[in-house]
Amino acid sequence: MRDFYGTRLANGFMLGTAQYPSPAILADAFRRSAASVATVSLRRESGRDRQGQDFWQLIRDLDVHILPNTAGCHSVKEAVTTAHMAREVFDTKWIKLEVIGEEDTLQPDVFGLVEAARILSDEGFQVFPYTTEDLVVADRLLQAGCEVLMPWGAPIGSGLGLNNIFGLRAMRAHFPDIPLVIDAGLGLPSQAAAAMELGFDAVLLNTAVARAGDPAAMAEAFAGAIRAGQQAHAADPMEPRDMAAPSTPVIGKAFLE
Amino acid sequence: MKVQLNGDPVDMQGTTLADLLEAEGFGGARIATAVNGEFVPASLRDGHALTEGDRVEVLAPMQGG
Repeated sequence: MRDFYGTRLANGFMLGTAQYPSPAILADAFRRSAASVATVSLRRESGRDRQGQDFWQLIRDLDVHILPNTAGCHSVKEAVTTAHMAREVFDTKWIKLEVIGEEDTLQPDVFGLVEAARILSDEGFQVFPYTTEDLVVADRLLQAGCEVLMPWGAPIGSGLGLNNIFGLRAMRAHFPDIPLVIDAGLGLPSQAAAAMELGFDAVLLNTAVARAGDPAAMAEAFAGAIRAGQQAHAADPMEPRDMAAPSTPVIGKAFLE
Repeated sequence: MKVQLNGDPVDMQGTTLADLLEAEGFGGARIATAVNGEFVPASLRDGHALTEGDRVEVLAPMQGG
């Protein structure tokens, strides 16, 4: 696996922390999957119940890398300010940069994304941009200072899997040295395995685990699929072909007509 | 002095962002702050004077994907 800004992860599983039935189930999902990165966010805190403080303790106890996001941001300024606040709260240069451009698909505003990525990279952030599979945008993000790219598999929370295999394969081939993460849209472990078989370095998902009937078991299933897909890619899969080719040798076969 | 704290009106004593945070129960909490849409680092809260009608945002770790 390629390094993420100099950090080598134990595995290619980045797991979100939202929408779980309970904090205990969230912790169990991380324990059983051994996911190496937890994505987190920032929201308004009340001085009376201080809910965020309990969540912070829970995340610390997971002992994983923390990747704060700028989820819900629709403008460059909003995303950059959120990143500043996240850096202080979570004490990390990592930022999952989301600049949302369209409400129905939650498609990134790639123009704002490139602009925000440039500002944050110049300020020393290590940006993980949530982007599309567009190669030109990807190139602009790299020029802006990003050293990781995170194309979507499908719209956030949709569970549709890898919507554009051709585009994702092209992206992998086009940027052989850049760590690539499939971020969003996965619904099943088989889709995560397919992403890793394509040569992606990690997958980032949340809803598919948190909204499963048994989130911890689903997290473990994803972990197994990610590992299998990664092993398969490293083992250099065969090329598909249109015609059949006998796998059993024909030499020495008896003549029984 | 009246300010907006996370969208709600608050009648505050004192003059600085640090005063407001202490009075509203954020002492020692892991939070980040912004005033009128601009990030105010923790190190500058003591010296950040608020004025009538300022919009203060106090954010903390929360679940995210």
